[in-house]
Amino acid sequence: MVFEEPIEKWSGAVVSVTIGATAADGGTRSYAITLGGSTTLPFLQFEGEMPNRPIVAMEVLDHEPLDWPDVLTEPFADVISKPGEWAAKCVREYGAEMICLKLESTHPDLGDKGPDEAEKAVKEVLNAVDVPLVIWGCDVDEKDNIVLPRCSQAAAGERCLIGTAKEDNYKTLVASCMADAHALIAESPLDINIAKQVNVLVSEMGFPLDRIVMYPTTGGLGYGIEYAYSIQERGRLAALTGDKMMSPPVVCQVGQEAWRAKEAKATADEVPQWGPAELRGPMWEAMTAVTLLQAGSDLLLMRHPQAVAMVKRTISALVGKK
Amino acid sequence: MIIIGERINGMFKAVNQAIQERDKSAIQDLALKQLAEGADMLDINVGTAAADPPEAMAWLVKTVREVTDAPLSIDNPNLNTMKAGLDACSGAKMINSTTGQEEALDTFIGLAKEHNASVVALCIDEKGVPVDVDGRCEIAMRIVAKAMEFDLPVEDLYIDPIVLPVKADQTGPGKVLESIKQFAVLADPAPHIVVGLSNLSQGAVDRKLINRTFLAMAIGAGLDAAILDPLDTELMDALIAAEMLMNRAIYSDSFLKAYRQR
Repeated sequence: MVFEEPIEKWSGAVVSVTIGATAADGGTRSYAITLGGSTTLPFLQFEGEMPNRPIVAMEVLDHEPLDWPDVLTEPFADVISKPGEWAAKCVREYGAEMICLKLESTHPDLGDKGPDEAEKAVKEVLNAVDVPLVIWGCDVDEKDNIVLPRCSQAAAGERCLIGTAKEDNYKTLVASCMADAHALIAESPLDINIAKQVNVLVSEMGFPLDRIVMYPTTGGLGYGIEYAYSIQERGRLAALTGDKMMSPPVVCQVGQEAWRAKEAKATADEVPQWGPAELRGPMWEAMTAVTLLQAGSDLLLMRHPQAVAMVKRTISALVGKK
Repeated sequence: MIIIGERINGMFKAVNQAIQERDKSAIQDLALKQLAEGADMLDINVGTAAADPPEAMAWLVKTVREVTDAPLSIDNPNLNTMKAGLDACSGAKMINSTTGQEEALDTFIGLAKEHNASVVALCIDEKGVPVDVDGRCEIAMRIVAKAMEFDLPVEDLYIDPIVLPVKADQTGPGKVLESIKQFAVLADPAPHIVVGLSNLSQGAVDRKLINRTFLAMAIGAGLDAAILDPLDTELMDALIAAEMLMNRAIYSDSFLKAYRQR
């Protein structure tokens, strides 16, 4: 009796989304990155193709972070109040494949900066690095609706990834990203039904499916990761069984969520039995990332250089060095 | 759920007229409309009134092929007309259908292999339609065995448990549901299970209600393909709701629309 390998045949695939425009495409990036495209479950390359490996973007805030622990600010000490230089250091020294600029200072309670300052920050980062760019608002709808369109215009032609569109606030961002040819992040609150609905709503406005990246919300290790994992996994299975509205690639806020945890932030003095902070925080972040890679994550937004290095090594090992 | 649109059938007056007059646009319009409402495959049937069935079938197939690459289900009991349809059909195609008799299976599964086509096999043999679940399973097993003999991939095999008018025998639908459950464990992976619904409500009132209720029940029992009218909104809505209830489609508030665009 011949042994038949139990290979799964999937009828669907994850959509491929390209971020970044080179000179040939009217932009100034030195390369474009394609997310997604997989025709199999994460890393199971004996069953299908994984044409694009998961990508690590490093997060840069548009102002000096207010509550990052020392172990996290230390790698960026000299540049942390200048987004352009901070981004350049991430690319030059820490291996960032993309940069995610978080417009945190535009949040009404965290600086309440306006579209002018946001535009300035976007331009500063675009000039400082030539990698593809993610632009993330402050998560307050009314503010994002004024700030993000300006940033979208300022970055027109660079094919950025801009976030986020939500079930009850998507039209403004969709209009901007359509006009300025960017991709957008479709956000849902750990609810797979809403995740699907947001993709349906955005598509209904005529926005192409191959310019959407899903953010199903990330739970850090110990703080909701299982729930995030199971939603991502279920969504990935739906994509592979042909559900077009679940087939965009997925982005995870690994840095933001992992570093919320006391286990990542606490100093060795505060909790001596938890071991040295320089290892603990980066490991917490790396573990969050590596776990979510298994569920189907195409873009990881990360903070600590050591975590970035660990995760990039892990990704290389899982896809086989190229 | 694999949805096979049944509207391109010469038994419908408008379609028959279009075939007589060789009116391409009417046929192509019908093809595109069915696909827009969620059809995965299109059944192509010249009906009984065509003057030269093989020629009409070839014309019908080519006409539809001009506007879509979707698999076409060549629907005719006559071997020559079937062959004409298969020969005229580029791309994915299905033979609709063969009975479960040995010779018929040899002919049609052989033809399917030749054309790289999938095939619908009916649970009917020389004794007619089986009276019970066991009888249907026996024929189904023979069909699966024959497919294996010919090396026809199981994903190209569609078994129809045969739905008879409920008015003729009200124990019938229950037997079909039980048969569907048992077909699903005939092989691993299992063959597709398909039904045509219109027979069920023959002679009854509230035909559409009866048909769509049974469709939902059959989906619960394991049906994964159906020959039906995708332009019947209530029928499609019931199908989509049943798929969602069986966790085969993720719910979203636009779930009815999203499924049609899947």
